[in-house]
Amino acid sequence: MKLMTLVKLALQAIRKNKMRATLTMLGIIIGVAAVIVMVAVGYGARSRIKEQINNLGTNMIVITPGASTQGGVSQGAQAFATLTIDDVTKVRAEAQYVTAISPVVVSRMQVVTPQGNWRTAINGVDTDYQTIRNWAAADGAFFGPDDVRSSRTVAVLGRTVAQRLFADNEPVGQEVQIGNVPFTIVGVLAPKGQTASGTDSDDVILVPYTTASTRLSGKPRIPQIIASAGSAQDIPAAQDEVRALVREAHHLTQNDDDDFTVKNQNELADAAASSTNVMTLLMAAIASISLLVGGIGIMNIMLVSVTERTREIGIRLAIGARGSDVLTQFLVESIVMGVIGGAIGLLTGVIGAKVLGHFTGWETAISPLIMVVSIGFSGAVGVFFGYYPARKAAALNPIEALRYE
Amino acid sequence: MDDVVIQTNALTKTYESGSNSVHALRGIDLTVHRGEFIAVMGTSGSGKSTLMNVLGCLDTPTSGNYLLDGVHIETLDKNQLAAIRNEKIGFVFQGFNLLARTSALENVELPLLYDRSGRKRDTKAMAIAALGRVGLGDRLNHQPSELSGGQQQRVAIARALVTEPALVLADEPTGNLDSRTSIEVMALFQALNEQGITVVLVTHEPDVAVYAKRIVEVRDGRIRRDAPVKNRHNAAEDLAAAELLPDDDLVAGPSAADAAAGGGASTEKAAAVSSGERSVA
Ligand SMILES: Nc1ncnc2c1ncn2[C@@H]1O[C@H](COP(=O)(O)OP(=O)(O)OP(=O)(O)O)[C@@H](O)[C@H]1O
Ligand SMILES: [Mg+2]
Repeated sequence: MKLMTLVKLALQAIRKNKMRATLTMLGIIIGVAAVIVMVAVGYGARSRIKEQINNLGTNMIVITPGASTQGGVSQGAQAFATLTIDDVTKVRAEAQYVTAISPVVVSRMQVVTPQGNWRTAINGVDTDYQTIRNWAAADGAFFGPDDVRSSRTVAVLGRTVAQRLFADNEPVGQEVQIGNVPFTIVGVLAPKGQTASGTDSDDVILVPYTTASTRLSGKPRIPQIIASAGSAQDIPAAQDEVRALVREAHHLTQNDDDDFTVKNQNELADAAASSTNVMTLLMAAIASISLLVGGIGIMNIMLVSVTERTREIGIRLAIGARGSDVLTQFLVESIVMGVIGGAIGLLTGVIGAKVLGHFTGWETAISPLIMVVSIGFSGAVGVFFGYYPARKAAALNPIEALRYE
Repeated sequence: MDDVVIQTNALTKTYESGSNSVHALRGIDLTVHRGEFIAVMGTSGSGKSTLMNVLGCLDTPTSGNYLLDGVHIETLDKNQLAAIRNEKIGFVFQGFNLLARTSALENVELPLLYDRSGRKRDTKAMAIAALGRVGLGDRLNHQPSELSGGQQQRVAIARALVTEPALVLADEPTGNLDSRTSIEVMALFQALNEQGITVVLVTHEPDVAVYAKRIVEVRDGRIRRDAPVKNRHNAAEDLAAAELLPDDDLVAGPSAADAAAGGGASTEKAAAVSSGERSVA
């Protein structure tokens, strides 16, 4: 029999028992829909994280205190102590592949203007910061090397802070109180959007790191040093160089482990993205259990179907069908059932992902590959779980099948 | 030996059911020539169906030889038997055995779809032609549930014919039909036989057997009698005669005329059959 005839036959058989077929396919439908939604959300999350981390800066290298990091996040406040301004100075003076470097001195404080007040992150940075992060002032100007050298009380506002504190007024030239210290606003940064972890990048005030450590926090703790390699190809060399120089600055002997970590932008992106992998894996497990249950459902119904249609099988054998013809017929039927279930599941999943994305604001992405794979897998479930019932049908003896009541 | 369709030699069939075994066939020697029309008769349980199933390659004999159209059937495997059933034999059952919820056309087309010779044929046109031969050219898209018993049996006969088999086997093809419809079906078998198709059918009813050319009587798994039908009836003539019977002993109006004709036919035929029976014996 031709494949088209077999598929037509299978569709007829399924149509004769619509309700039953639908219920049977439910397991596959749910399984595939779950896979599609999970993969869509996971893929969307990963691509967003990567994009955001790439948005962080150009050819960026990040040095964090502490020997090891997990998921790109440094652990414990006590680890902060290991990085110093001397490290920055040394790398800047001696490194060949590093074109820009800046410490990031972080604190959170209440900031006040006559128009309002706001609690935000105060980052003490060097002038290189704008190069590394590719983040220039949109209004006014970034502070200059003089301001850093002299620890001047000048500030550059992130877009969000500017809006919170000044609404529609022009902030440049005005004053802002940061922890009771008055700062002159010299510029407002271009908007940058959300970070990988979903916080607002523009909710920040940049001040010279010298000012930050002397006038604000008082403790020169540096949770992060960022640097730029000259080009993308230079990144590995720059990383090695930075590592060697910081080890030297920390007087580490050959036997000592690093008390800091050097990562590049891509590694950060991968690390952050991998945190979503666990989630994806869990969902995949749920989905595969659902597919398994769906497959067993198909097997069950096909067994019932073979018994119900014993006479039909007998008739087919009597007029010259071979066992293999009957086997193929039932196998095609279970494959068609699997594929239809997969297609409905795919559709449900795509719609589900869109709806979920709409209501949560998560970005979702559905690759054509996953569509093909999920349909293919549903078909494979049909083959796997349909084979046994189909073989049972094919093994029937024509006379006994015809006599079956 | 060219024109021999069936030749069996000491064919036996034993059913093993638990501890006791049933000897359904105890040595059948039967030769059927091309163009013959045989009625197999015998009491219930005598082994007629068993014989038909073996002849139809639906079942395998326990021992003995069976030569069908020059092929030694006992040497064939399952798939080869399927091919024989498909190409050389048309089988008609008492219970019609049509696929439910499948049109007459598709039912008749089915054997052609299992053909493995790979030749390109217009299977649909062949099925339509076969249905035309049994007088159902206007019922192509009817499902079995939308057809009368006689029409269903004619669809089944069309299905048996569509592959142009060497042999048509029928196990009590009229068993589920009233007498008038039985004669119609027998008329069809006679017409097909006239066209050169070899027919072997099983029947309990002597008034059906008279339309055959030869009667083989089976008893206890053996052939007890094998003789030509002397006073052979022509089913088409019997039908025509039945149409002409007056309906004056019936009160009903014109709508009952058909029923009257049917009833008349069966009485007429019963008389015809008793004479046929005598001639066989
Ligand atoms: N599958 C089977 N298993 C065991 N015994 C069987 C089987 N089929 C038939 N028989 C036995 O074989 C014998 C012949 O049966 P068969 O069906 O050939 O009779 P038959 O002549 O066709 O009878 P009827 O006129 O009632 O149809 C019977 O005794 C029957 O009980
Ligand atoms: Mg019988």
